[in-house]
Amino acid sequence: MTSAGPRTLPLLGLAGPLALVLVWAAASSLGLFPSSLFPHPGTVARGLVTELASGRLLQDVIASLFRVGVGFLLAIGVGIPAGLLLGHSAVARAAWLPLVNFFRNLSPLAWIPFAILWLGIGDPPAIFLIFMAGVFPVVIATTAAVAGIPSVYFRVARDLGLDGWRLLRDVTLPAIAPQVITTLRVTAGLSWLVVVAAEMIAGRDGLGFAVWDARNGLRIDLLAAVMVVIGLLGVAIDRVLRQLSQIPSVRWGYER
Amino acid sequence: MSAVTPLLHLDAVSYAFGPVPVLQALDVRVRAGEFVAIVGPSGCGKTTILNLCSGWLTPTAGTVRRAGRARTVFQHDGLFPWLTVGENVRLGLRHLPPTTERDERTIDWLALVGLEGFAQHYPHQLSGGMRQRAELARALAGETDLLLMDEPFSSLDYLTRLRLRSELARLLHEQPRTVVLVTHDIEEAAQLADRVLVLSDRPARVRDEVTIDVPRPREPTHAAVVQAVHRILTGLGLEQGTPGGAPVRAWPTPAESRSR
Repeated sequence: MTSAGPRTLPLLGLAGPLALVLVWAAASSLGLFPSSLFPHPGTVARGLVTELASGRLLQDVIASLFRVGVGFLLAIGVGIPAGLLLGHSAVARAAWLPLVNFFRNLSPLAWIPFAILWLGIGDPPAIFLIFMAGVFPVVIATTAAVAGIPSVYFRVARDLGLDGWRLLRDVTLPAIAPQVITTLRVTAGLSWLVVVAAEMIAGRDGLGFAVWDARNGLRIDLLAAVMVVIGLLGVAIDRVLRQLSQIPSVRWGYER
Repeated sequence: MSAVTPLLHLDAVSYAFGPVPVLQALDVRVRAGEFVAIVGPSGCGKTTILNLCSGWLTPTAGTVRRAGRARTVFQHDGLFPWLTVGENVRLGLRHLPPTTERDERTIDWLALVGLEGFAQHYPHQLSGGMRQRAELARALAGETDLLLMDEPFSSLDYLTRLRLRSELARLLHEQPRTVVLVTHDIEEAAQLADRVLVLSDRPARVRDEVTIDVPRPREPTHAAVVQAVHRILTGLGLEQGTPGGAPVRAWPTPAESRSR
């Protein structure tokens, strides 16, 4: 059962951030650290406002979201069909899973040099890296979900005369939906981590580039401001994807 | 019996899981409208018989002949959890044109199994007994000729099991079907079936065939049911005496010899 706490007390979730900001403000007001290394939250807030007003921050946000969106869609567009194929065939699993596992355990960041060599700077290398980060976990999770579908569903489907395309649409896909939704959330989170690293090295815009740019300009106030934006957007993406798990026809996967 | 073409005929059917023989030259005929129960020790291949009847498994030797549409009711969780109860039952009506008729028949079937008002519920929101009722409705809704039941009530508590048993008997009285029921519940078999096949250990053979010549539906405590339970238990080697302290009857019984 879902716990009543977080729903009935939505403001309680703000207690942690508020405490953090207070401690942060107190620490920097007391001068515990040099202000050149440790910005005051007020300075950060002002930096955030000016960056927003100039429109540059918004452009970076859009650039990053675009790359994550495309890379993520490519990863699930390739990963889910591949997982469906592997999940249905033990032979295919035996043949391909070792390779998938190899790439799954290869940090996508190790691809950065090749991504730049092959694709240059800008959107393509970032999208490539996000794809490489996402596709293998999606393949593995989808494969496991398909292979784990209780055979009774396929027997019922046979009794009811469901086959071919209708079997896929009416049985296989809804049966794996709850697990796939969980994987989408994990993969989107992963993509959001990777895009920052990709843009720091292979970007001329985007939030990762903004981090790097602020560091090069010794603007630690902007650095912290961009970090806040990255974190908040990551939470927002997960919030949006979490709505998928509220669809009535997938609730069974979370409630039983 | 042999004069009528059986609705289901397992003709010298054998089945093996790799090197392990599960069934050997099994011969079972089920007439149209008949209710046959199959009981036997666990692991003897009861469910395999049902899987052969439905066509899910192919026999390693012999043939399975079946006339008409067959549907299986499973032990539990046979309903699609991503569909509402109404949508599940509606899937059972796929033979009808997708008009309002399907909706009407869905409502009829839900009422027939006592689930009116639960069409919009998802299976996980229902009790085990309600889920089995819904599954029964889905299986019967297809104008099924042959209903195959794989321990359909065994995951339920005893009282729910008794209730569903009598509901099944009532349903079959209103909507007669040919039924093959696999169960380890001997009382259930004796109360519901016209004929009970008692299987031996693996490889399964028909050890005894108990006919209950009392019209259905019957009470679980009907004398003929009690008598049949006793006979089945004896056939399984779980009881020696006769009820009421009558003399011990050695197996095989005269009736068993006759059925061979």
